[in-house]
Amino acid sequence: MSVIVEGLARRFGTTAALDGVSLAVREGEFVALLGPSGSGKTTLLRVLAGLEPQEEGRVEIAGQEMAGVPARERGIGVVFQNYALFRHMNVFDNIAFGLSVLPRARRPRRAEMAERVRELLRLTQIPELERRWPDQLSGGERQRVALARALAIHPKLLLLDEPFGALDALVRREVRRWLRGLHDRLGITTLLVTHDQEEAMELADRVAVMERGRIAQFDTPAALLAGPTTPFVAGFVGEAARLEGRVAGGVLRFVQPGLPPLAVALPDGPASAFLHPRDVVAHPAPEGPLIRLARATAEGTARLVVELADGATLDAVAEPQGEWPQRQAACRLEITGAQVFAANGARGAAAPLRLAEVR
Amino acid sequence: MNAAEDPRWLRALVAALALLVGLLLLALPLAAVFTEALRRGWEVALEAILEPDSLAAIRLTLLVAAISVPLNTVGGLAAAWCIAKHDFPGRRLLVVLVELPFSVSPVISGLVFVLIFGLQGWLGPWLQARHIQVIFALPALVLATLFVTFPFVARTVLPLMQEQGRAEEEAAATLGADGWQIFRRVTLPNIRWALLAGVLLCNARAMGEFGAVSVVSGHIRGQTNTMPLHVEILYNEYQFAGAFAVAALLALLGLVTLAAKSVLERWSGRAVGEAG
Amino acid sequence: MSASLALPHRARRLRAIPGFGLAFGIALFWLSAIVLVPLLALLLRPFELGLVGLWASLTEPRVLAALRLSFGAALLAAALALPLGLLLAWAVVRLRFPGRALLDAAIDLPFALPTAVAGVALTALLSPNGWVGAPLAALFGWRIAFTPAGIVVALLFVALPFIARTVEPVLRDLGREAEEAAATLGATRFQTLRRVVLPALAPALLTGFGLGFARAVGEYGSVIFIAGNMPMISEIAPLLITIRLEQFDYAGAAAIGLAMLLLAFAVLLALNLAQRALRRGWA
Repeated sequence: MSVIVEGLARRFGTTAALDGVSLAVREGEFVALLGPSGSGKTTLLRVLAGLEPQEEGRVEIAGQEMAGVPARERGIGVVFQNYALFRHMNVFDNIAFGLSVLPRARRPRRAEMAERVRELLRLTQIPELERRWPDQLSGGERQRVALARALAIHPKLLLLDEPFGALDALVRREVRRWLRGLHDRLGITTLLVTHDQEEAMELADRVAVMERGRIAQFDTPAALLAGPTTPFVAGFVGEAARLEGRVAGGVLRFVQPGLPPLAVALPDGPASAFLHPRDVVAHPAPEGPLIRLARATAEGTARLVVELADGATLDAVAEPQGEWPQRQAACRLEITGAQVFAANGARGAAAPLRLAEVR
Repeated sequence: MNAAEDPRWLRALVAALALLVGLLLLALPLAAVFTEALRRGWEVALEAILEPDSLAAIRLTLLVAAISVPLNTVGGLAAAWCIAKHDFPGRRLLVVLVELPFSVSPVISGLVFVLIFGLQGWLGPWLQARHIQVIFALPALVLATLFVTFPFVARTVLPLMQEQGRAEEEAAATLGADGWQIFRRVTLPNIRWALLAGVLLCNARAMGEFGAVSVVSGHIRGQTNTMPLHVEILYNEYQFAGAFAVAALLALLGLVTLAAKSVLERWSGRAVGEAG
Repeated sequence: MSASLALPHRARRLRAIPGFGLAFGIALFWLSAIVLVPLLALLLRPFELGLVGLWASLTEPRVLAALRLSFGAALLAAALALPLGLLLAWAVVRLRFPGRALLDAAIDLPFALPTAVAGVALTALLSPNGWVGAPLAALFGWRIAFTPAGIVVALLFVALPFIARTVEPVLRDLGREAEEAAATLGATRFQTLRRVVLPALAPALLTGFGLGFARAVGEYGSVIFIAGNMPMISEIAPLLITIRLEQFDYAGAAAIGLAMLLLAFAVLLALNLAQRALRRGWA
């Protein structure tokens, strides 16, 4: 089912948790709400679920206006942050809960209910847990129970609030893939709240990056990486380092010494550049920034941390096919590209200057 | 020896002092009740309890508790559920009001009902014209007991309810449960031991209340005398054996309540509030 | 636009968890019927005497003596209970000795024992031929039962658990790290107790003092047996209320009740302010 949000606002006291959020999610889409803590992503999720009142704006789910519709009538499946399993019910009863509270006329018979629960247990691959209690389950198992419980009511929309937060890193990756596979099979429109960009990038069709109660950018993961539209997105997505500089006559010169200037089509004035580690290549040189740390990567190249003349550090990569870089060795930095934002918000992609262009 | 540890002799002294205080101030009064009750033997004590006026007092005490405790359980649960699971203006005021009876003298708790229902009370003449007896009768005993014991249930379950948060209730709401279903199937099972402890404490106070009940009772033997009031009457008539026998029965009620509370605390894995 | 203008009103009614209306209705009705309306009577009825009459009734020497006794004895008992309660809490939390579990359970006794039972028990103990009263009379010539001293002892019994039980969790949470840190920084044991432990316990001690005092000042059952109840000497204010009621002087009884309530709230407010000042002192 499609979700349309327009101009949504929600304040807690004087701080705006949501400050004019607009978002359109297509039917069957998997969308991630990505942002640092306090950016309003959980509040947005709670407003959609009907757990938090909307003060201004409009929410439409499957073509139906949602204002004033209580949570229990929305038919939205929610997987809560710490799963919120009913601690005094076993797994079976947790999953059956949504069916057992239906009005008598629509409530399935006991046998049907059991059949539906077993089907969900199979779907979430935990049939052996049927009689267990929440406090006997691991984090990953709890998450599957919470998901099965949410799916039991045949939700038209699935909301997941940091569903991997309580899992350790190894389980997280595996559960993530499984969840995306499940989504592809069921086709339920899904919104996921997360602060982990790797998670958002891997799972979602599109990612809405949130900043201070607003949506900074809503795009596919590839587009977010290739063309961030605000400095916030450029800094938050990927591992880009932020460096200050100044544009004059189409040339960006960095404040830090020891970095080559770049060509960029932006008006003259101060500017911020965002550099991914892969955009910064270190070549051996008799003098220049010092290599402080070198780490091997699975690709066989070295990831470096280099120290600039003023003491600041920058992530870089070693030149391909070069010798293994030595710690404390000097190097020359080559910058192959960067996202640059002028003070007025104008954006440009920077490229290396050809030598002839310098001076 | 640990740097922040006191010398052994000092620790022994502190422990001895604490035990002495406990013995003199806490254990001795309890011992006195049972000793005095049994001074002239089991038979005399038992006889004093089985005497008609004593039995009437026991019956009345049980009746008053049987009416007040369920009512205050419902009221206290409703208040605690509002405070812990919902946001509304005046929430903190409600917390203060729920605890208010604890800071009111028992005598005042009885007095307020005399001011309303007594012969010169607001409703006194109206009630008298219709021959409805409130003061010096069961209704006033129940009202005074309700006032005094109102906070117990709410105060015992509230901290647990707040600690458990609202996530499970919210999850139940998204799954389609209505308010009553959420309360009965999610909230209530989660607080059942604390609730039982609250009900026990409420009951102990209801049966043991003296001041508030004394003001509204009229002390009519065999009719409006509860057990604690009966202790007073017997005591003032110098029937010490009888007074202490009934007092010992009340003390037993207190001890059983204490024991049950500590068992419940162990089950629910936490402290479940104090009596006031 | 009109839709978004109409929204806030509808939005306010939306609650995450349903069922608030009914529960709130029950709670408010019950609270009003059982607590608030009756207290309103206490608030209004004294003024039937008129302001002058009210003042005259409250400044009667017998009333003043009773109020002075009730408040003086309650404050004194709560003050005496401070060190004793701290001692009990310290022993239960910090020390291991035979009988500790029993002592821990015994602290709750005054909570659980009906007040009339406590009253007759303390009287039996402290009367001139009781277990404690007899030796005190023989050795020192002290009389405790049927004097104001007896009242203080009864109120001490009532107030003691409030202080012990309020301090106990704070003492438990405090742990020993802070004390050990102070010791490694060269503080003597006494300096550590005075400058590290006591300030950390002070708010809880004040809270416990307030709770114990509030309970003691209105206490009736455990006092009247031991007090002797001599007008002007050992007659507490709650007893005077019941005497006024027996004389059908409702307004006079309500006046004493209201005065007690207001005075008690004034004391608790002062304690609250002291506590706030204490907290600010650290920040």
